[in-house]
Amino acid sequence: MARVRSSESVRAHLAVHAVLIISALAMVFPFFWQVMTTFKTQTEALQVPPQLLPATFGFDAYRQVLQRIPFVDMFNNSVLSVVTRTVAQLIFCSMAGYAFARLRFPFRGTLFVMLLAIMMVPREIYLIPQTEIMKSVGLLDTVTAMIAPGLFSAFGTFLMRQFFLTLPESLAEAARLDGANRFQVFYLIMLPLAKPGLIALAIFTALWTWNELLWPLVIISTSSNLNLSAGISTLSGEYVTDYPMLMAGSLMAELPMIVLFLVLQKRFIEGIATTGMK
Amino acid sequence: MMGNIVLSKVKKSFGPVTVIPQVDLDIADGEFVVFVGPSGCGKSTLLRLIAGLEDTTSGSIMIDGRDVTDEAPAKRKLAMVFQSYALYPHMTVAKNIAFPLRMAGESADVIDKKVKDAARVLNLTNYLERRPGQLSGGQRQRVAIGRAIVRQPTAFLFDEPLSNLDAALRGTMRLEISELHQQLKTTMIYVTHDQVEAMTMADKIVVLNAGNIEQVGSPMELYQTPKNLFVAGFIGSPKMNFIEGAAAAKQGAKTVGIRPEHIAISTTAGDWRGKVGVAEHLGSDTFIHVQTEEHGTINVRAGGDVVVRNGDSVYLTPDVKRLHRFGSDGNFMRPHAGFHLAD
Repeated sequence: MARVRSSESVRAHLAVHAVLIISALAMVFPFFWQVMTTFKTQTEALQVPPQLLPATFGFDAYRQVLQRIPFVDMFNNSVLSVVTRTVAQLIFCSMAGYAFARLRFPFRGTLFVMLLAIMMVPREIYLIPQTEIMKSVGLLDTVTAMIAPGLFSAFGTFLMRQFFLTLPESLAEAARLDGANRFQVFYLIMLPLAKPGLIALAIFTALWTWNELLWPLVIISTSSNLNLSAGISTLSGEYVTDYPMLMAGSLMAELPMIVLFLVLQKRFIEGIATTGMK
Repeated sequence: MMGNIVLSKVKKSFGPVTVIPQVDLDIADGEFVVFVGPSGCGKSTLLRLIAGLEDTTSGSIMIDGRDVTDEAPAKRKLAMVFQSYALYPHMTVAKNIAFPLRMAGESADVIDKKVKDAARVLNLTNYLERRPGQLSGGQRQRVAIGRAIVRQPTAFLFDEPLSNLDAALRGTMRLEISELHQQLKTTMIYVTHDQVEAMTMADKIVVLNAGNIEQVGSPMELYQTPKNLFVAGFIGSPKMNFIEGAAAAKQGAKTVGIRPEHIAISTTAGDWRGKVGVAEHLGSDTFIHVQTEEHGTINVRAGGDVVVRNGDSVYLTPDVKRLHRFGSDGNFMRPHAGFHLAD
């Protein structure tokens, strides 16, 4: 009986692993295809039937990317955006989230519903008003204008509020009795305990900022002021696209995020599990 | 440091719901006062009002003659031990105990000395570098007490501190807190729903019901002369037996009460006849639930050597000198001569 059950469990195990391996291959294959394309010539890339591997491994596509766009400037802009927005969101969203979770103030409920309403409106709605605002303050076509709208987010506030709500109120009360003022309660007690939430927020903010496309394309007209995501998109031609170069540019833009993922893999998974976001 | 606390006409409402209609209470310096009452009676709310964690709706709270009604919790110089211990999970035991001293701006040397002293008193010296998550329930409780004593507060507030511990540890910690009180001689206010804790630890018990103080007195006062039906029923385990109807009316009362230990049980003769329902043998005592014809179920506390079984016929005889009479308003009535329950 035990043997029957054990052979059944081995079969079930194999089936699960087979499904997982097929799914993993399906996920990895496009990436593999992308990497291989970067080494191909344009003719090889467009060949029918498609050719999996290049005839020779060349690095021309990478060289062309560096010649066609101000890659280093764009990379710096992306890094600056990610760092500034992530730090700012961690500060502002955690403070606002804590206020909505734990402080009592007039119209708290109404203000929170208004905040949630921001999340329900498509981001494209804000493009024109935001552009008008940037124009009125003389920031059109600047890196500052590209970064500014993401310094605070309704999502981040909501995420942190939900996280702070899970922490026991008695900790804050104990700290108040121990002589801590409201800011010390937040900074010394609640914030360190909200670390998993902060990490999740940092990861999402960094990812979204790195991948941001539409807003930079709207607000920036000088290519050296663009971020990498938007910059790479300019490699795509109106009539003809150099696919090896586009793939090479995309790969160069993806690499920092891939490294970040590999380093913070565990935190990424925790973050997704914490928030239920993908 | 003194620790006299006076509550005058303290009222607390949460929106339209009044939790504490009006409370007046005087707690003397060095007293061990226990707030006891059923769940939802407002005892924790009253403690939180004293701590400053809740604002009073009206009335005043004075500590050592100083009106602290509108003062922040930290300024009241009180220390509180929470039911959940409320230890900071990201800090070591040493840092948890040091936290109030750090907030008070004490120097590193003073903090170090006080933390070590507290750890020694509470047997925590070997655990100073551990985090709360690595400690047992009893050790966490000691850390919470350690964090409270280093501040040398005017009074200690305990909010059901033993309710998360198992029975054996609860007994040990009860003793430790009592010893700590004798050692420190600081005012302690202790909230519990466990009357054993109340009876064994308190100098003074405050019995609360629906936000009102039903009676204040020493444990034995409450036990021997409960002011009303609520206190009589709440204090004492097993509960006091209450008898209504003709037998009570004969005594000029709406209800008469008799404690289980004040009823003699016999298999041959007595005032009330009944059958044994359940007999709980505890070794030192036997709790017997007897189904009587006249008065329903009567609880009797007999010696450990009394052997009765389910279905046995028995006779019960109450000690008439120990009867408690209550009027139609539920309040205690003075006994009168010739007081007897049996027909």
